[in-house]
Amino acid sequence: AAGLCPARALLARPGAALRALCGSVRGLAAGPEMHFGFQTVTEAERREKIYQVFESVAKKYDVMNDSMTLGIHRVWKDILVRKMNPSPGTLLLDVAGGTGDIAFRFINYVRSVRERQLQRKLRHHQNLSWQEIAESYQEDKSKSLGDSQVVVCDINKEMLKVGKQKAQHLGYTEGLSWVLGNAEELPFDDDKFDVYTIAFGIRNVTRIDLALQEAYRVLKPGGRFLCLEFSHVSNPLLSSLYDLYSFQVIPVLGEVIAGDWKSYQYLVESIRRFPPQEELKAMIEDAGFLKVDYQNLNSGIVAIHSGFKL
Amino acid sequence: GRTCVSRSEPRARDGHSEEEEEEEEAEEGCYQLYPGHIPTSPLQKALLAAGSAVMALYDPYRHDMVAVLGETTGCLALPNLRDKMKHHPEGYRILQERPRIRLSTLDMTRLRGLPDGTLGREYVRFLEDNKVSPDTRMPPKFVDDEELAYVIQRYREVHDMMHTLLGMPTNMLGEVVVKWFEAVQTGLPMCVLGAAFGPIHLSARKLQVLATELIPWAIRSGLNASCILNVYYEQRWEQSVESLREEIGIFPPP
Repeated sequence: AAGLCPARALLARPGAALRALCGSVRGLAAGPEMHFGFQTVTEAERREKIYQVFESVAKKYDVMNDSMTLGIHRVWKDILVRKMNPSPGTLLLDVAGGTGDIAFRFINYVRSVRERQLQRKLRHHQNLSWQEIAESYQEDKSKSLGDSQVVVCDINKEMLKVGKQKAQHLGYTEGLSWVLGNAEELPFDDDKFDVYTIAFGIRNVTRIDLALQEAYRVLKPGGRFLCLEFSHVSNPLLSSLYDLYSFQVIPVLGEVIAGDWKSYQYLVESIRRFPPQEELKAMIEDAGFLKVDYQNLNSGIVAIHSGFKL
Repeated sequence: GRTCVSRSEPRARDGHSEEEEEEEEAEEGCYQLYPGHIPTSPLQKALLAAGSAVMALYDPYRHDMVAVLGETTGCLALPNLRDKMKHHPEGYRILQERPRIRLSTLDMTRLRGLPDGTLGREYVRFLEDNKVSPDTRMPPKFVDDEELAYVIQRYREVHDMMHTLLGMPTNMLGEVVVKWFEAVQTGLPMCVLGAAFGPIHLSARKLQVLATELIPWAIRSGLNASCILNVYYEQRWEQSVESLREEIGIFPPP
């Protein structure tokens, strides 16, 4: 940060002297105190505020993601699904899956794996009669996904609505379910899913420990937990540039594109508040997951954490 | 009001983020000068000005972008306007009393009952003909001075008066004419840009009328007229539009 001193005048907000006079306001709010970006709020207030943020950004969510990350968020999500490497027949739960990015990628991946499987099967079937080959097409047609399924769960109705519209628009009809639910209290039974993903969602959960416990609960033994989230950049030069971009450019993009400065200010603040890689790893282990590890993408701007229920 | 950030936040992540709180973002909630105020750094204002200009051109229905452009580029023109108001008896009163033109403060039935040709009657007619309401004006967000925020707010609310006094409807053509008038009157860069680039969306025929008759008239009136923010419109509903035009110095519309 020292290197930013000459540029400080350009970046400093007016009235810095007032800062010294400001204390924290501990109101009569009941309940434990938590952070909402850099504000201090109660747990209930935080949930409400976050709900409102996503309600207001839902329609412009995808456009904003592309603008803020210059399209790189697509690569991050591709890497997540490739790391998952799902085989046909996998049952995926995508929590905070809102607009469906992970779900659609999952379906595409499984479909292409299935196609390759079918091609391989065909080559082995060359000694069958032409009638038997034609019959085998019929049964395979109904299984283009091979029984794979993805359940998209989100707490926010607006985000789910946008996701469903997108699915219809892009032609995703089978293997998809949309469920309204809270990551801290999932409406699913124990030991149900093969894979649990949460992409850019866990940061907005009020009680991360509960969400991790729920993830553990609904996964089958042998199931995998995958979390894609903004994390901490240790390289100081990159970190300064990243901060500059985050705090100076992103809220402006929010105002210009979505007409909503405050939600994107919240976004960049919530990223700074989120636990860094090692701490999140410890939290995941606390929930009971084993073989927990993480992979940094773009020097830690984003990290994928993975764990298994064994 | 918004809560301020506590430096001794028990849940603060690590030294890294706390340091940042102190440097840049901690001020966020701390000096909101007026409700809706968002403090911004000079770099952010520059980015906002550029972004809103592009967006306003790209999508003319983004009135919020026009508003943001006005706020971020008005740093010279707004103090100028404020001083003009301060040095004029009526303008000074407006600055002290801070009247707001809103449906809740206007007595629409009384105004509608006034004789034709009066400011009140014609203003209501303008609102009804064009199906607009004074309540749709954006409150300022990025002006870092509370008094200047009121000045720009007043300018926005008086805009409809301009339409009435100039006799211009709210279609693209009418808006451009009013912008030319306002550009000369206020010197706000947003008005200048709007006046210069607004005609882009107009047909050739309209452009001709604009260039030959309307713009020269708007400029002459703007130059001749006294500062439009120095008129206490709310106290002049009974005055006839013609006499008010003469008083201010606006020439009759072509």
